[in-house]
Amino acid sequence: MIVLAAVAVLLPFAAAFIGMIFGPTISHLLTPFARRVRRGVSPGTEPGRARILARRLPANGPALVAVLPVAASTVLTAVVAAVQWQHPRTRTGTLATVRTGGIPFGVSLDVDGTAAVVALLVCCVALAVQIYSVAYMRDDPRYSSYAAFISLFTAAMLLVVLSGDLLALYVGWEVMGICSYFLIGHYWHDRATSRAAVKAFLVTRLGDVGFLFGIFVLGLAAHSFEIRTVLSRVPSMSHTALVAGTLLLLCGLAGKSAQFPLHTWLPDAMAGPTPVSALIHAATMVAAGIYVVARLYPAFLFAPASLAVLGVIAAISMLGAALAALAQDDLKRVLAYSTISQLAYMGGGLAVGTRDGALFHLLAHGAFKALLFLGAGCIIVAVGSNMLSAMGGLRHAMPVTFWSMTVGFAALAGVPPASGFFSKDTILSQAWHAARQPGPKSDFGWFAYAPLRAGDHAGPAVPSWTGWLVLVAGLLTVAVTAAYATRTWLVAFFGERRSPGGAREASGLMRWPVAVLAVPALILGFFGLGSDRLRPELGMSLVSLLFVAAGAGAVFLVWNRDPALDPVRLLGPARPLLRDGFRLDAVYGVLVVRPVLALAEMVVHTDERAVDAAVVGTGRGARRLGGLLRRTENGNPQAYVSGVMAGVVLIVLAVVVLT
Amino acid sequence: MILTAMLVVPFAGALLTLFAPGGSQPRLTRLARLHGLFFSAVTLVLAVVAAAVFDYGRRGPQLGFDHTWAASIGLRFHLGVDGISLPLVVLTAALTFLCMVYTARVLPAADEGTGPARALIGLILLLEVGMLGTFVSLDLVLFFVFFEVVLIPMYFVIAHWGGSPGARERARAAANKFILYTLLGSGFLLVGILLIAVNAHTLDMTTLAARHGAGLSHNVQLAAFGLVAIGFAVKTPMWPLHTWLPDAHTEAPTVGSVLLAGVLLKMGTYGFVRIAVPEVPEGARVLAPWLGLLAVIGIIYGALACLAQRELKRMIAYSSIGHMGFVLLGIATLTPVGVNAALFGNIAHGLITGLLFFVAGAVKERYRTGDLDTLGGGMLAKAPYLASILTFAAVASLGLPGLAGFWGEMLALLGAYQPHAGLPRATYVTFMALGGLGAVLTAAYFLRLLARITHGPVAERWVRTRFADVRAHELLAWTPLITATVFIGLWPKTLLDLTDGAVRVLLGGQ
Repeated sequence: MIVLAAVAVLLPFAAAFIGMIFGPTISHLLTPFARRVRRGVSPGTEPGRARILARRLPANGPALVAVLPVAASTVLTAVVAAVQWQHPRTRTGTLATVRTGGIPFGVSLDVDGTAAVVALLVCCVALAVQIYSVAYMRDDPRYSSYAAFISLFTAAMLLVVLSGDLLALYVGWEVMGICSYFLIGHYWHDRATSRAAVKAFLVTRLGDVGFLFGIFVLGLAAHSFEIRTVLSRVPSMSHTALVAGTLLLLCGLAGKSAQFPLHTWLPDAMAGPTPVSALIHAATMVAAGIYVVARLYPAFLFAPASLAVLGVIAAISMLGAALAALAQDDLKRVLAYSTISQLAYMGGGLAVGTRDGALFHLLAHGAFKALLFLGAGCIIVAVGSNMLSAMGGLRHAMPVTFWSMTVGFAALAGVPPASGFFSKDTILSQAWHAARQPGPKSDFGWFAYAPLRAGDHAGPAVPSWTGWLVLVAGLLTVAVTAAYATRTWLVAFFGERRSPGGAREASGLMRWPVAVLAVPALILGFFGLGSDRLRPELGMSLVSLLFVAAGAGAVFLVWNRDPALDPVRLLGPARPLLRDGFRLDAVYGVLVVRPVLALAEMVVHTDERAVDAAVVGTGRGARRLGGLLRRTENGNPQAYVSGVMAGVVLIVLAVVVLT
Repeated sequence: MILTAMLVVPFAGALLTLFAPGGSQPRLTRLARLHGLFFSAVTLVLAVVAAAVFDYGRRGPQLGFDHTWAASIGLRFHLGVDGISLPLVVLTAALTFLCMVYTARVLPAADEGTGPARALIGLILLLEVGMLGTFVSLDLVLFFVFFEVVLIPMYFVIAHWGGSPGARERARAAANKFILYTLLGSGFLLVGILLIAVNAHTLDMTTLAARHGAGLSHNVQLAAFGLVAIGFAVKTPMWPLHTWLPDAHTEAPTVGSVLLAGVLLKMGTYGFVRIAVPEVPEGARVLAPWLGLLAVIGIIYGALACLAQRELKRMIAYSSIGHMGFVLLGIATLTPVGVNAALFGNIAHGLITGLLFFVAGAVKERYRTGDLDTLGGGMLAKAPYLASILTFAAVASLGLPGLAGFWGEMLALLGAYQPHAGLPRATYVTFMALGGLGAVLTAAYFLRLLARITHGPVAERWVRTRFADVRAHELLAWTPLITATVFIGLWPKTLLDLTDGAVRVLLGGQ
């Protein structure tokens, strides 16, 4: 079992190395073979997909190296998840223990229900994205390195999900970050893209340093970096260590999961290729922060102060990002802000005490947001622009994309029966419970994690104001989400055609992953019906549907007055402010970036003018002193003898005086 | 015996270069290359054999060679390796060999106003003797002798092969600064060593380390640690004693920079671990917080200086100050974790910064400038492989987990979170937080560097210039460094298991 999981992690890892170094070589080796296949297929008897596949796949070494290992990993994680479903228990395996001189750390895997399901999600989305990319990036000269970085990312994410040790988890956590940097910066010849990549890495790294310190605090408090041991020792840890450790971990969450105040990198990260946005900046990496908090949830349950902070962060991110999403002109930026807002739902769910709800939303969001991004990619290829103003009336030209994305938008807005409705509702109901009757709620079932049971009844209460905060922000966000989902849907697919030239449906390799993802986006919600804690509650469902109707209705009414215009005019003068994400970038520029650069200039000056000048000055001083003394060494014997005489006199005088 | 052979082989090689065979200039140069390759290869083989016969279960020094040298003052020719010095010995031999491989093709031509090829080869071999000797000697005076032997060849390498053609003056000035500054440090070191030796009545480093300062009064320990620390701090270099480094690095030829950053700086931190901390532990305990403070200042200061640097090699030189700051911070914690971190950081820095200087040298050789503004952008388009390797080295240097640079930094911070029991914990936690901030700044300047020169469109002035991407001999010299960086990064156990036992012996069974 655990070996299967390990192989699932290692396969994409090996694929990354092989693809990076030998990808093009494999293409060369395969070319004769591919030519034979093409000759067999090409007479025109079987047009369409088979021919496209035959033309592209066999001779595309990097693509084979990218797709096949991830496919194998998907099968393996599916097997692991199935076994876990049948016989739920935690399975662990340790490959090696590394001595550090203090507390050792292990290279180990730790598979439980949650981990297995999330790993499966990661593999599925990665597979969809790799297949999609074969077509999307087919003319890209650097496809080989692009695919290799996606493979490396997949391996790193699987390590984060399955790792049994906090430090090993951190390794995966940071490797994901650098892959994100390379992939955002894929079009590096554009300076703006390059800046976006640097920004993404630096902002997340700022959070990651806090995350690492959080690992130190928890690890040293538990005298182990093993996740199971840490969790089992949570009840005996000092409260200070728990609060400090969990708050520091939240820094990492804010960075990776793009939550306020470290969220500013995500909208800019949309400069990367669209499939990357789908994989990393929507479905998987950004969810890692939420996943890790869920994984270490017992520690958070014992530190209600941290949960309250998480609630505040989530409430701000939720509503703020949804409002910003409403005002964007760029389709991908709409989705980026929407991702921030949806991740905040998960954070809010964790803050009010529903781990299952948060993970449920994580899975649902992974499916529908990947779908939306890949669909957006199809539209962007067809229209040749990211701008919503260039789209419109695409529903006839691109029926598959249209219907798939309709499902995606419905799930995003929370329209039943799509998945988003169920998962969002779970979180809102729990917020309502937390607001009215603060207290621990035993919330461990389907995603059970063994050590949780030890302390679940002893967990302190979530403050009731956190519940109210998340509930109010959540409901308002439901309305705004419905509004921007409706607006984007209407502007992209209805009304007049705004782009010249005939937009056509994308190729099969791109279309089908989108269509396939529509299935889980639609039906994933029904899995929740089997569980007490995930079943929607009637009252809350009605209230939230009311908010959906209000948001969507308002936009529809405005749009219906003149379908040629963008309903965003509803926002009026607030629009520029919202479009720039409340101008936080400018604030950070003034508060952080410029002072640091000024300080750097100052250091360089100090180094030359003060520190080094002291050294050089000492040298000069020594030489000058030598110059002075040299005057006495003038080669005149009379002067020397006079000197000796003067010395003798002085010594005699000194002896006389002192005795 | 094998350690003695390891010193004799390069020394013999260096002596042989004194004899000039006849022949034309190209033939002489070719001979010199082969000569260097041969002797450094033999030394590397010896180092690898030493690593192979090394007993990994034992903790004390091994493969010893102990012979009376000057009996009247108790001086012995005492060599030996343990888990602390073995990785450094292998690193030294490997880097020297790779430098020879690299030099085999890009030896500066004699007509550029440099010395003859065989002189450079001889000096590098002599340098190797000094470096290896420093890491294997177990007698204080012997250690000092080897420590000083290094300076002379490095001085000539910088002064005669450094700078750019037509601008040798600045190289001379840098070389003068280098040798005067480090000699000044050595003066302090010698006094400190003698202070220890006179009071403890022995020069044997193993005996001294085993005593853990017993028999030395508090004041002697304090004074000795202070003096020795100044000597090593100049070499490391520690802020504010670092200003010789940027000049020396900027002006030195590629092989000089590589060996300077890759090995010479480690001699300072090695000295801290081998002599200062175990032999005068009381002095160390009193002064460690100050060492930690200067280390953290070095981290932040170095990173900020890099952020505003305009010259490629100068920037990498300042980055060394930051990285050595992490190493010093590890030592200042006086815990096994911290010292392991320091030793790991040493090796990682040697591999990664060695690679960075190789690549920087290759960039300068092609563009004939290291000025970041003149270089412009678009190196990924102009020379994709070179730019990719630069990217790899930069990413490794900023401490990405999974590559060698991470473990040293991470463990140093971990050590600072829980320093030795006798040290002020709150102070060290502050150091840790500042060190973490330094890690972010490190990422900032490396990514800024990459964005500036590898990303973006190709600068106007370079569009028409043509030059080769990575060449065979470069790849040959760099691949081992890249492989080792990835391997140690993915599997830190190899190195940590090796150092941990020896470190515990040195720190006294904690």
